[in-house]
Amino acid sequence: MTAAAVAATNQPIKVDIRNLDFFYGDNQALKSVSLPLYLNCVTAFIGPSGCGKSTLLRVLNRMYEMYPNQRAQGEIFVDGENILDAKQDLNLLRAKLGMVFQKPTPFPMTIYDNIAFGIRMYERLSKAELDERVETALRNAALWGEVKDKLGASGLSLSGGQQQRLCIARTVAIKPEVILLDEPCSALDPISTARIEELIEDLKKDYTIVIVTHNMQQAARISDYTAFMLLGDLVEFGETAMMTTKPKQQKTEDYITGRFG
Amino acid sequence: MTAQHIVKSYDEELKRLTNAIVEMGGTAESQLAQAIQAVAKRDSDLAGRVVRQDAAIDHLEEAVQNQTVRLLALRQPVARDLRDILAAIKIASDIERIGDLAANIAKRAIALNQSAPVRPVAAVPRMGRLAQQAIKDVIDAYVEHDAQKAIAVWQRDDDLDDLTSSLFRELLTYMMEDPRSISPCAHLLFIAKNVERIGDHATNIAETVHFLVLGQRPPAARPKHDTSSYAVVEPPAEDETQAAAPKDGADIGRGKP
Repeated sequence: MTAAAVAATNQPIKVDIRNLDFFYGDNQALKSVSLPLYLNCVTAFIGPSGCGKSTLLRVLNRMYEMYPNQRAQGEIFVDGENILDAKQDLNLLRAKLGMVFQKPTPFPMTIYDNIAFGIRMYERLSKAELDERVETALRNAALWGEVKDKLGASGLSLSGGQQQRLCIARTVAIKPEVILLDEPCSALDPISTARIEELIEDLKKDYTIVIVTHNMQQAARISDYTAFMLLGDLVEFGETAMMTTKPKQQKTEDYITGRFG
Repeated sequence: MTAQHIVKSYDEELKRLTNAIVEMGGTAESQLAQAIQAVAKRDSDLAGRVVRQDAAIDHLEEAVQNQTVRLLALRQPVARDLRDILAAIKIASDIERIGDLAANIAKRAIALNQSAPVRPVAAVPRMGRLAQQAIKDVIDAYVEHDAQKAIAVWQRDDDLDDLTSSLFRELLTYMMEDPRSISPCAHLLFIAKNVERIGDHATNIAETVHFLVLGQRPPAARPKHDTSSYAVVEPPAEDETQAAAPKDGADIGRGKP
């Protein structure tokens, strides 16, 4: 099924996940998951709570290594390089695959420094260059107009939707190649949600995007490919247009139409 | 069969939609049967009833439209549910057209009864039966989610097309033989065409059922057998005296300005 989807697209594969197993202690959370993430496409991970979609996202930038007793087996190739390799530099990996979490997580510092903090870690720039990078990141995240007059204010003073866009700006600022979004709109009102969806549409020109979402309509609106997961298995992966009109698997259809028992 | 939605009212709304389509199909089928009977039995009262009853199908279609708008807005359907609702909209509009065509057949039956019976009427009941069977089968296919049955209806439409083409030729010949029959025969031409169009709507519905069940339209375009659009019937041979005249002369005479 994955092979068929690969044949159907001309887009190069940016991230190639192969036979990935993941364990929380003795508990296997991912069972031999294989799927491609295409360059400059949005791929949505959907499935009920506990199906492994957030786990899969966390494996992509090896976030799990911060916790004991969690391990991954298999291969994940980013531009042909296996990022699960022990020699992989984690800081560089996380700069390359930026992540935005479900709840906005601004740092307790100024709006300006929220963005500049990450850039300063990787690059040494003049004040003028840094100013420009901060502005570009905020513009990319569609937040510049709302904060340009109060860059010195605390990041925590912003509304929830603005905070989430600040986090996206922070991620974009360090120029990643892949953006991982874990339920980025679940805590947001419809207007903020629409802004972020618009933003994702915009960002995919430059980035490869993965989004975990519980909102099937959101997945249908913004993603090019959809992966449906269930109890650690990848049940179906394919073009979103097909997945939302005629999924191949009965389980997928039951889930997305709200027939899950 | 299929699993239930977690939200039960969603299932009930979809069920209501299916029921409305089935009711529309049944009504259209009976309208067609009565219209054909009105033609065959020269029964103007029955024809009048058919014309008046068409409003019932229009009302049902309106109800289906309202239900689908509500479902689309409230449930944001995907996959099977989305196909269900799209199919209901399309099928309802095809059945509504079938109703209109049946009503038109009934109107022409009334006009037909103003003049003496013409022989080619005899072909109409057979055409009507084929179209009626197509409606019945395709609605069954819809209810049973049976793509094979839908495809069978789709393929059988050829028979109706063939009958239309042959009746068309017969009527042209008949009109040339007896100009007094032109008025009833013209009405019969339209009646035949209406029945043929009803068959086409049934094949449209068959295509929709195919999409409903399998998520795609039938693979190939259906072969068209209705050749009446190209039919030409030459006038009967000219009478003996003209035929006896030199052929060259006749040609020259016709060619003169």
